Amino acid sequence: MKSKNRTMKWLGIMLLAFVVTLGLARGVRADDAPKPDPAGTATGNAGDVQDAGGTHFVASAPADLSDEDKKDAGKVKSYEEAKKAYDEYLAQAKIEPLAVKLADGIGHNRVAINFMWTLITGFLVMFMQAGFALVETGLCRAKNAAHTMSMNLLIYPLGMLGFYVCGFAFMFGGLGPIGTMGGYGGLNHEFTINLFGKPFGLCGLNGFFLKGGAYDASVFALFLFQMVFMDTTATIPTGACAERWKFSSFCLYGCFVGSVMYPFFGNWVWGGGWLAMLGQNFGLGHGHVDFAGSSVVHMTGGVIGLFWAWMLGPRYGKYNKDGSVNPMPAHNIVYAILGTFILAFGWFGFNPGSTLAGTDLRIAVVATNTMLASATGAMASCLWMWWFRTKKPDPSMMCNGMLAGLVAITAPCAFVSSAGACIIGLVAGILVVESVYFWDKMRIDDPVGAISVHGVNGAWGCLSIGLFADGTYGDGWNGVAGTVKGLFYGGGISQFWAEVVGVTTNVIVIGLTTVIVFKIVTLLSGGTQRPEEAIEIEGVDIPEMGVHGYHGFVMDRDSETPHPREHAHGRATSSEKPLAANTH
Amino acid sequence: MKKIEAVIKPFKLEEVKDALAEIGIEGMTVTEVKGFGRQKGKTEIYRGSEYVVDFLPKIKLEVILGDDKVEDAVATIVKSARTGKIGDGKIFVLPVEQAVRIRTNERSEAAV
Repeated sequence: MKSKNRTMKWLGIMLLAFVVTLGLARGVRADDAPKPDPAGTATGNAGDVQDAGGTHFVASAPADLSDEDKKDAGKVKSYEEAKKAYDEYLAQAKIEPLAVKLADGIGHNRVAINFMWTLITGFLVMFMQAGFALVETGLCRAKNAAHTMSMNLLIYPLGMLGFYVCGFAFMFGGLGPIGTMGGYGGLNHEFTINLFGKPFGLCGLNGFFLKGGAYDASVFALFLFQMVFMDTTATIPTGACAERWKFSSFCLYGCFVGSVMYPFFGNWVWGGGWLAMLGQNFGLGHGHVDFAGSSVVHMTGGVIGLFWAWMLGPRYGKYNKDGSVNPMPAHNIVYAILGTFILAFGWFGFNPGSTLAGTDLRIAVVATNTMLASATGAMASCLWMWWFRTKKPDPSMMCNGMLAGLVAITAPCAFVSSAGACIIGLVAGILVVESVYFWDKMRIDDPVGAISVHGVNGAWGCLSIGLFADGTYGDGWNGVAGTVKGLFYGGGISQFWAEVVGVTTNVIVIGLTTVIVFKIVTLLSGGTQRPEEAIEIEGVDIPEMGVHGYHGFVMDRDSETPHPREHAHGRATSSEKPLAANTH
Repeated sequence: MKKIEAVIKPFKLEEVKDALAEIGIEGMTVTEVKGFGRQKGKTEIYRGSEYVVDFLPKIKLEVILGDDKVEDAVATIVKSARTGKIGDGKIFVLPVEQAVRIRTNERSEAAV
C-alpha cells in the first residue's frame, strides 16, 4: 500500500514539474517571426496556386544576392532569370487585377482542400486507437480485459498531453514552412550542431503548448495529424507488455512516450533533422525516406515494446524450464479480427493522409498500394501457417499478417508500383510469422505480436524503399533533385544505405531511450512494474482496475493460466495419445 | 427407487433425452460438467505452440426412477449415447432413500 501511495505521489509531482518546466519554455522567438493566422482567413492566396505539374502561378521575388554570390556566374544567371519572371508577372498582374483576385480565391480553396484532407485522414487515424484496443484485448485473456482496454484508453490522453506540452515542439519546432497548408513558417527553430563540417538538426524548439507563433490554423492541423500518429506509437507497447504491467507504472510510461521518447527520432526524419539530410549532406539517396512512418511511428513503437517487454519479463507461466512455450490463447478472436479491420480502415488515413495534401493526386496510388499490401500480407501469413507451420490457417496470425503488410507498406507506399506493394506485403506476412516464433525462442513474451508486426516489419518497410522505389514520385524529396529510386529500378544502392542508417539509428536510439525510461519508471514504481504473482494468476482486472472486463460471466481461470512445467505437455505424451477433436 | 447418473458427450444430450421420453421417463436434471477418464485431454494449438486441455466438457444427466424401470433406462441411455469412440462416458446407478414433491408433499415413487 505504501509503495502504491508513493507511486501516485511521484506521478503527480512529475506531471506538475513537467508542465511547469516546459511551460516556461519560450513559444517562439519574438524577432523576425512570421505572423500566425489562428482564424485561417489569411492562409492560402494566389501564391499557393499551382498548375497540375506543380509550377506556381505567381512568380515570387527572388532573394537579393550577397556580394559573395555575385561572383558566382551560375547564381547570377539564375537570379536574373527569376527576376525577369517576377517582373513579367508584375506587369501581367497590373493588366489583369481580376485574375489576381481570382487566383487568391483559388489559392485559398486549394489550401482548404489540403486542410480538409489532413484533418479527415487524421480523424481516421484517431479511430485506429479503437482498432488497437480491440486487437490487443482480443488476443489477451478474459481475466485481464478491463486492464488491457483501459491502457488503450488512457494512452490516448497521456500521450496527447505529453505531445502538446513539448513532444510536438521537439519534433516539428524546426520544420520550416508547411508547404501544402499555406506555407506558414512559424515553426522555424531547429536546434542544430555541427559534425564533420555538416549541420546535424537534433530537435525543434518552437511550438511548446501550441502557443505564441504556433497559434496558427495550419500548425493546429499539423498538430492534430501528427498527434494521432504519435498515439499509434504510444499504444503499441501496451500490447507487447499486456497482462503483467502495473497500471500506475503504465501511466508513468504514458507521460514519457509522447513528450520525449517519440519526438526526437521523428524530428530527424520528418522535422528536417539529420537523417532527412543524409542525402544533401552525405549523398545517401534522398536521406532516410519514410513516407508515412514505418520507422518513425511503427518501428519506434515496436522497439519500445521489444525492450520494455524484455525487461518486464514474460507473463507468469508462459515459458517452461526447458524453454518450451505454454500458449495463452486469445480470449476473443472476434475482437481481434474486428480490430484488424478497423486498423486497416484507419490506414487509409495513415498513408494517403501523409501527403498533407488532397491536391496531390498520388494519394490514389498510395491508397491502392496500401490495400494491396494488406491483402498479400494477410494471405502470406495465412498460407504460411496453413502449409508450413501448424497446418491450420490461424486467425490470430492472419490478423498479424494483414497488419504486418500495412506496417511494411507505410514507408514505401508512395514510391512503389502495385507489384512492388504486393511483394512488400507478401514478405511482411511471412516475416511476421517467423518473427513471432523467433521472439518466443528468445523468451521475450509478446502476447499480441506487436514487436513482430510493428518493429520487425517497420524496419522491413523502410529497407524496401531502397529496393523497390520505382522513380515515379518524390522529385526533390528532402532537398535532393530527382525522384526516389531503389536498387531494383536502377537507382543504385545509396538509397538503401540511407534506410539502413535510419533503421539502425532507430534501434540504437529508441532502444537506449527505452532502457533509461524503463529504469526511471521502475524507480518511481517502488522497485518493480509487475503486479504480484498471485494477482497476475487471478487476473489483474479487479486488483488493478477494480472492475471485471466481463462482470457476471463465469471465467475458466484454470485454463487461462498454465502453470510452468518441468517438461512440456507432460500429460499428452506420457499416456494415451489424445484423440482428434471430434471424439467427444 | 434408484438414481441414474450418466456422464455423456454434450452433443448426444438431445438424442438421449428423446429416447428416455419414449420409454416414459418424464423428468431429468442436466448439468454441464468437465472431466476426464481414459480419453484424457486433447491437444490444441495456438500461434504455433501446442497445449493440452486437461478437462473436457461433458453433460451429467440425473434421473430418479422406480427400481423396475432402471434396466430399461440404462439400456436406452447406452444405446442412444453411444458412438463407439473413446470418451462416450459412464453410467452410475445409486440407491435413493426418499423423494418428495414439494408442491403436494407426495412421497416416494409418486413424487418422481
